[in-house]
Amino acid sequence: MDLSADELGIILLSLKVALVSVAFSLPVAIGVAYLLARFEFPGKTLLDAVVHLPLVLPPVVVGFALLVLFGRHGPIGAWLESWFGIVFAFRWTGAALAAAIMGFPLMVRAIRLSFSAIDRRLETVARTLGGSRSWVFVSVTLPLALPGLVTGIVLSFARSLGEFGATITFVANIPGETQTLPLAIYTYTQSPSGDLQALRLSVIAVILSLVALVAAERITRRKTALARAPRT
Amino acid sequence: MIHIDIAQRLGDFELDVAFKADAPIVGLFGRSGSGKTSLVNALAGVARPRRGLIVVNGETLFDSDRGIDVLPERRRLGYVFQDDLLFPHLNVAANLLYGYHRAPASARVIDPEHIIELLGLRSLLHRLPDALSGGEKQRIAIGRALLAQPRLLLMDEPLASLDVARRDEVLRYIELLRDDLAIPIVYVSHSVAEITRLADTVVILSDGKAIAVGDVDEVMGRLDLRPQTGRYEAGAVIDTVVAAHDTEYGLTTLRFDGGELIVPNVEALVGERVRVRIRARDVALALTRPEGLSVVNILRGTLVAIADPGGPIVEAQLRVGAASLVARITKRSRVDLRLAEGQQLYALVKAVSFDRRSVGYA
Repeated sequence: MDLSADELGIILLSLKVALVSVAFSLPVAIGVAYLLARFEFPGKTLLDAVVHLPLVLPPVVVGFALLVLFGRHGPIGAWLESWFGIVFAFRWTGAALAAAIMGFPLMVRAIRLSFSAIDRRLETVARTLGGSRSWVFVSVTLPLALPGLVTGIVLSFARSLGEFGATITFVANIPGETQTLPLAIYTYTQSPSGDLQALRLSVIAVILSLVALVAAERITRRKTALARAPRT
Repeated sequence: MIHIDIAQRLGDFELDVAFKADAPIVGLFGRSGSGKTSLVNALAGVARPRRGLIVVNGETLFDSDRGIDVLPERRRLGYVFQDDLLFPHLNVAANLLYGYHRAPASARVIDPEHIIELLGLRSLLHRLPDALSGGEKQRIAIGRALLAQPRLLLMDEPLASLDVARRDEVLRYIELLRDDLAIPIVYVSHSVAEITRLADTVVILSDGKAIAVGDVDEVMGRLDLRPQTGRYEAGAVIDTVVAAHDTEYGLTTLRFDGGELIVPNVEALVGERVRVRIRARDVALALTRPEGLSVVNILRGTLVAIADPGGPIVEAQLRVGAASLVARITKRSRVDLRLAEGQQLYALVKAVSFDRRSVGYA
């Protein structure tokens, strides 16, 4: 199956949006997951609920909220544009933001679970061995949370690739700028002669998702195999 | 030198401990729930007492009055837990060196090569903790704590999660490094056998309080502490020196200032210090030196006290030279022999009553 220039452009844009959304949400997700897994503080339940909101809200509502807040005249959007020159509205960066927010709960859940599963006495030992709080986090906590990190990354990456409702509401459906794979498939299904194109893109979407899943599987398996086999 | 005076509330449990101890190995002894682990956690800095003072080797680690609370990573106290708690994502070498790399260069006096040799870890260095036996893992955990260059080693029931054979193996290594490295150790245990074999000074904890502090043979021999030290395990500890080996019969003669003990072969050189534990139920008493008896150890001593907890059995405490010995006898024997305090007696101990677990290397 040869890819046309248009198809290639759509795939590359989708990958770019998904990768950027994962890259920027990962550090925030690690921070929030750690906060939720390890600390008791006032407002914890509220934070937990807000993080999970994108999971339960209709994506269109999330997209609309983003439009109101991050649009060029929205309170955050106007401020970001005047101070940093960053524009989200109707740009691919906006698609990445929408994807990041939709994938965020999945990422936080996976990472939080693996933080909770760590035997905290391992961190205590590391402290008594002379490790500062931050060094212990980097050298013990994060490596031990790796399975959760991988799962979180893959889930949110897949969620980003498939993001539709929030994206189309927030940044519309602009070919070459915000038209990711699901939006392109939707567009073709709306035209009388677009069935074949929609089918081709759907197959590509299936392949991309499978590749991501298999890659994640292999990473985790290699890690566990490494942990079992004696290296001599 | 350890000086502790702390109070801490943990739910319904109130820890309120004060003692000073100065010995190569300080034993913290008590039943489970007596506050041993809470105390060690406070020492290590991983739990904060409500008020109090902790001074180790002249350095104040905690002082609520002066607002001092040194971070655990700055206290330089090696902590060995009941479970080995090796880092599962690091191989043995990286586990061993975790603390070594964090210790200030000027403090690095314990050499990794030396520890690897001493604890027999050479062949394990590239393995991951998953692939090791319990005894191996605990040895690595001890090595890792030592290589962090601690000024004091805290060991909280380090043998509790091991099977009996592994316990002996690890115990032997602990004795080795005590003799070799001269690092003071706080050894926490609820096992009389371990405490008496290792510790010089013992602190007995009960309900969050230190109810006795002193030399191990004196404290463990005290009859009034029986509720804590346990009746079944009752016994005495004697520090001896190897005097001679009898290769023909496979026996070793141990000398202490109250006399000599003949025991099954001990793997130690003549002149080495050996600590033996004599269980009270292995000691019989006689008014005169018996003849024609298979028992080879006959020690002359003075009866100091008799404890009668009620029931058919009493415990007699004897002074033999500077050492003390406890004998469990029936109340009937006590009456038949007309035992009285201050009386001269002979204590009989069968050589075969000494086993590997009752003979240690002091």
